[in-house]
Amino acid sequence: MHQENFITKYIFSTDHKMIAKQYLITGIIWAFIGGMLSILFRLQLGFPKESLLWLKPLLGNWISSTGKLDPEFYLALVTMHGTIMVFFVLTAGLSGTFSNLLIPLQIGARDMASGFLNMLSYWFFFLSSIVMFISLFIGTGPAGGGWTVYPPLSALPQAIAGSGMGMTLWLVSMTLFIISSLLGSINYITTVINLRTKGMSFFRLPLSIWSLFFTAIIGTIAFPVLLAAALLLVCDRSLGTSFFLSDIYIAGEALVHQGGSPVLFQHLFWFLGHPEVYIVLLPALGITSEVITTNARKPIFGYKPMVISMFAITVISFGVWAHHMFVSGMNPFLGAVFTFMTLIIAVPSAVKVFNYLATLWRGNIIFTPAMLFALGLVSFFISGGLTGIFLGNSSLDIQLHDTYFVVAHFHLVMGGLSFFGMMAGVYHWFPKMFGRMMHQKLGYWHFWLTFVGVYLVFFPLHYMGIGGVPRRYYAFTNFDTFSGFVDLNIFVSIAAIVTMGAQFIFVFNFFYSMFRGQTAVKNPWRSTTLEWTTPVKPMHGNWPGVIPTVYRWSYDYSVPHADTDFIPQHIPDKKVKISAQ
Amino acid sequence: MQKNIWPWKASHGKLMMWFFLISDIFTFASLLIAYGFIRYLHLATNVKDVQPSQIYWPIPEKVFHSVPFLQDMYLPLIFVGIMTFVLILSSVTMVLAVDAGKRMDQKKVEKWLFWTIVGGIIFLCCQAWEWSHFIAGSKEGIWMHIFQQGTWIKKNIQGANLTINEYGPPAFAAFFFVITGFHGLHVLSGVVLNIIIYYRTVVGYYQKENYLMVEKVGLYWHFVDVVWLFVFTFFYLI
Repeated sequence: MHQENFITKYIFSTDHKMIAKQYLITGIIWAFIGGMLSILFRLQLGFPKESLLWLKPLLGNWISSTGKLDPEFYLALVTMHGTIMVFFVLTAGLSGTFSNLLIPLQIGARDMASGFLNMLSYWFFFLSSIVMFISLFIGTGPAGGGWTVYPPLSALPQAIAGSGMGMTLWLVSMTLFIISSLLGSINYITTVINLRTKGMSFFRLPLSIWSLFFTAIIGTIAFPVLLAAALLLVCDRSLGTSFFLSDIYIAGEALVHQGGSPVLFQHLFWFLGHPEVYIVLLPALGITSEVITTNARKPIFGYKPMVISMFAITVISFGVWAHHMFVSGMNPFLGAVFTFMTLIIAVPSAVKVFNYLATLWRGNIIFTPAMLFALGLVSFFISGGLTGIFLGNSSLDIQLHDTYFVVAHFHLVMGGLSFFGMMAGVYHWFPKMFGRMMHQKLGYWHFWLTFVGVYLVFFPLHYMGIGGVPRRYYAFTNFDTFSGFVDLNIFVSIAAIVTMGAQFIFVFNFFYSMFRGQTAVKNPWRSTTLEWTTPVKPMHGNWPGVIPTVYRWSYDYSVPHADTDFIPQHIPDKKVKISAQ
Repeated sequence: MQKNIWPWKASHGKLMMWFFLISDIFTFASLLIAYGFIRYLHLATNVKDVQPSQIYWPIPEKVFHSVPFLQDMYLPLIFVGIMTFVLILSSVTMVLAVDAGKRMDQKKVEKWLFWTIVGGIIFLCCQAWEWSHFIAGSKEGIWMHIFQQGTWIKKNIQGANLTINEYGPPAFAAFFFVITGFHGLHVLSGVVLNIIIYYRTVVGYYQKENYLMVEKVGLYWHFVDVVWLFVFTFFYLI
């Protein structure tokens, strides 16, 4: 291996483990920014009458002299919260981190197929982050048309404050992000196909690798559609075309635009947007498979059905996008088609849940923090998934569309689930990343506060949604109809602040353990997969000698009559000690 | 190094190129689908001699019927046919270059790469001419009812750009510029890549190991060609 200096080791590194850490830490920083934005608008929603003057040093002109939050800034807050959480935290931070960390280690490769492209992928993500970060500080504020950037709010620079420079920077940032995602994805796919070690056939791959593989495929296919939409949107914004704009009057005056269709943008956006949900979901589910089977000391129940259901999710995810558009004015017949497709996708999801439960059944469960987070994920998958069946029905969706019911649904099943998957992964593979263990007690505190907190925040929102409270409203106190929900809003806001506060426990634990944590042993969770056969702190190239050969599938836990309760993948059959029957 | 399993007998770089192309297919597909979507918001022209208007989507052969030096003659789709033929020929020469590379025949690779570059440049020049002709429009322009500032007014329109179009609805011209422009950008980057590998072939860089890079760029070049056939079909034929 070549000599490394500080810059090639920590900054422009081509080592997949270092790139994974870069993704993770950038993701954590973004998660904090995104979380803090949500606290700001929760303050507004819970306490619209209170003065927010004490935030003036932080927010400047966005707080009026009477202490009121600027309504346009409120829109920008929810927009940026969505964008940051969906793309920067749960796409780049989650699949970026774990694809880079796990793919070479678990399939037995020295590095990615192209270390250089991998590094480029991170730095494009970094550039994209910088642009998005800058957009938080410009005079007219960041993009304010919702994270879905529907035209005309996104296409007319004069529409609202956030439609101007903020929206331009949003588009620039997302274009860089798409390039980053593309470079990463083609690398992950190629690595999984070409660089598996001897004996590692496709059906011996750990489920985490399968999930990251499918995630990369979805990313390769879905993101370019957003690129095309962004291209047309830029033309509409800057060059006077009317792809997404039909006749529009502002203050009685007609604009020059005519002949386009905003529904076209919605189709293009959701063709990315819905698979994006699975880009966020699948890595979390893959991580959970690993964590649950390791800590239940049982082989995963139904390995092939798991793979097949992930494949089914990958395929079907491209055929459900218009369930976000039931009330957009598209042909109602399409509503029936997409309702059908959407309810179909509940089948593979249910298969996964039942397989998790069957894996846990009569297992010898060890409650590590990672395991608790994985169990929390299964809980969210059920409670959030069930409301998906409500929303998938085009007739019910007419009532529930754009209410807090939707917010509750996707925050449980997409936000909470993926966040818990990410946390499970961090707690589980921290020893592999930094060679030290995370503090267990703090992990328990973090889990219980977050788990209870997430339910306290998002469960009440279901009631508000069924009660007809629309999302993205600046203050509900202006409407008598919603006066019944004022107390609930206060409760949710307090729960949100407490939950956010609990995340500081994690950050403290993360950085403390990185430097002061207990030194890890080689295989702390007694796991079977290949990454635990590397040294405690793997060097560039991962294995000092030859790469181990694989002789068995990834889940040989509690094999009957074997001496140990787990048999790592690189142990050949003749070396397994069998006790007398 | 341990022997690796390559299930499709394709090197890493080639696989990556394939997946990149799959991704790019989706970009082009979405642009063309967007074109179809907007096209069907407009009425189709079904009368042969209908005047161009903002309501009817134009018939392509009535728009693209000029050839350089023969501008007064009605030669529908001849010029774009020539462009397409040149691009397909350059794909053929690329195949020959890749094939010569497999036989490690440096001189032949140089020769066929050279002709591929020439083909690409001719295509770009043709496109530049077609764009400028499309932008300039007819000499006297056309009087057209257009919807402006909330009312219909009669106005003389000459030529086309992203907001006006003498041949039909402005969306037609806008899509023409965006889609053929996006494709032209791909051809341009293809030509640049070809020039780079041509230079590296000439200095004997690939002769030392293999011509895998020529093959990868070749994949890209064929892709650009195939995409053009789709653009050609959607824009000019139907």
